[in-house]
Amino acid sequence: MPIRTTRADLRTRLQDFIPKIVLAPSLAAILIFVYGFIVFTGYLSMTDSKMLPSFDFVGLDNYVRLFSLPAWNTALINLVIFAALYIAICTVIGLGLAILLDQKIRGEGVLRPIYLYPMALSFIVTGTAWKWFLDPGLGLENTMHLWGWTDFQFNWIKDRHMAIYTLVIAAVWQTSGFVMAMFLAGLRGIDNEILKAAQIDGASNFALYRRIVIPLLRPAFLSAFVILFHMAIKSYDLVIALTGGGPGRATELPATFMYSYTFTRNSMGIGAASAVIMLMTVAAIMIPYLYSELGAKKE
Amino acid sequence: MGFLDISHVSKAYGSVQVLHEVDISVEEGEFIVLVGPSGCGKSTLMNMIAGLEPITTGDISIRGRLMNGVHPSKRNIAMVFQSYALYPNMTVAQNMTFGLEMHGVPKAERDRLLADVARLLQIDHLLERKPGHLSGGQRQRVAMGRALVRNPDVFLFDEPLSNLDAKLRVDMRTEIKKLHQKLGTTIVYVTHDQIEALTLSTRIAVMNKGYIQQLGTPKEIYDTPANLFVATFMGSPAMNILPATIKVRDGVAFAEIADAQGRLQSLQFSQKNLASWDGKEILLGIRPEAITDIDGADRKSQNIQRFSNVVTVIEPAGSDTFVTMTVSGRDVVARMRADASVAARDRFEFAVNMDKAVVFDPKTEARIPG
Repeated sequence: MPIRTTRADLRTRLQDFIPKIVLAPSLAAILIFVYGFIVFTGYLSMTDSKMLPSFDFVGLDNYVRLFSLPAWNTALINLVIFAALYIAICTVIGLGLAILLDQKIRGEGVLRPIYLYPMALSFIVTGTAWKWFLDPGLGLENTMHLWGWTDFQFNWIKDRHMAIYTLVIAAVWQTSGFVMAMFLAGLRGIDNEILKAAQIDGASNFALYRRIVIPLLRPAFLSAFVILFHMAIKSYDLVIALTGGGPGRATELPATFMYSYTFTRNSMGIGAASAVIMLMTVAAIMIPYLYSELGAKKE
Repeated sequence: MGFLDISHVSKAYGSVQVLHEVDISVEEGEFIVLVGPSGCGKSTLMNMIAGLEPITTGDISIRGRLMNGVHPSKRNIAMVFQSYALYPNMTVAQNMTFGLEMHGVPKAERDRLLADVARLLQIDHLLERKPGHLSGGQRQRVAMGRALVRNPDVFLFDEPLSNLDAKLRVDMRTEIKKLHQKLGTTIVYVTHDQIEALTLSTRIAVMNKGYIQQLGTPKEIYDTPANLFVATFMGSPAMNILPATIKVRDGVAFAEIADAQGRLQSLQFSQKNLASWDGKEILLGIRPEAITDIDGADRKSQNIQRFSNVVTVIEPAGSDTFVTMTVSGRDVVARMRADASVAARDRFEFAVNMDKAVVFDPKTEARIPG
């Protein structure tokens, strides 16, 4: 009898261990390749690394140099323009589409995936497609000329002052369907009886949305903002595919700046410093968000 | 012509008919309860009164004004919902005055009405809070307050107590009844809870499968149910229904039923018009409280019949003791005083108050009037 008990015990103990054993490799991989390399990048940003990592500590020199570089300042200004327009336009279009789609219209099942579909494409595909579409010699302008509207002009992608807005157009096209889906889920989550109560209270459609529905969508707004914001900061592939950072440096963003300084301009220290700045910007938004989300759940 | 008139109202979704030719005429100040199992059409009927669902055929009018196609906000009604449907982003005060604001009532007037209703419902101290910070009972009061400030012609209550726990539900039930007595408003109230229906209403409409089964006062519904459905739906524990054969001797009708051992016993009917049913099978309906021990029998009753049977189970429930036995092959429940001396498996002499017995035609399931 005692022998059987121990064997059973061993089995129970093994069962307790199996989840830990299964999870261990991925945990180790994440610890090393995500958090380990974050720490490594942070360290590199305080060394005089050039083409290859070096370990001579130089303190905050790289940060001082980074903020004196005109290219970095251009990238930052571009990011502000891009992120502000991208987030605002995506939210407005997403919310508008969601409200229109929520009017119990026929064919919603067909329309919803059509709006959502661009999200399934990679930014490289989006960028390439829009590059052709916006190219004056190939796309919209050329087509208009062929159709006979010969003084039509749309050459933003070649204009150093306007090129940043073509990034916004392509990114909005890609993401607003996704934002719509988020708002639509939020709208569907609203208690039907609240809408009935508002109807009996005599709220017009405008008052219903302004006073009741949109305030109730606050969590969806917050999620949309956080997702769009970190996508804006991470934007790299779209820039590479659409404009390559040009014309000149007109559409350089922090992510493209970071890549070029780290890997092609032999200034790994400065590249690492710019990466740390980006990480801190994302963290500044994400940490309060997570804190409020988790805090709200506990309450 | 009543205050709220529902005449020949039907509702169909495509080919599915969910309400059949409903007729209810409500007087001013009445408390009408629509009761029935889920899917009986009671909520659909209420939504049609509110204007939240279009009427397929028939007319609904309030104060003589035809309401078909009139927008819910223009019917001068107010509704209390099961989930309360308070606007979570607004304070209690904003919730209560939102309807007034949408109807263009000036701010000073709104504040005066709000203060009156808040005092009436004792929610003055909650006015600046958000609904999320209120308890279930407080939310319920706010939802009623939101309905009251509008001073509507008709109040509609859609299962307003279902989300409360058992104790609070009883308290709020009393509150609603008090409020109705104080204000004398016209109320239409939907519930699936037959106790709520019996306690609150001045009249009850029992509904099933889209038909009104019976419309009457709580006493009419309880004592003389129109058919088997009403008899078994209203009352807890449910009315005992048992097959019996009618025997007529010297012009007096008896019900012949079998005890647990299959021995036939006769109970004399109070009804005088059962002669034509001699020798036929009927369904006998007896409420549990009409079967007692002999000392506990109703002294006002003209017709107490004795019935001896073996007791199967005893369930003491504090104020009452429920005694289960087998009669004509069915389980029958008797409701006795708490101190009745009954023991399980013993033979016991029951007193049956036949004044309260009802007879149903087994084919049509309708009550045979007596």
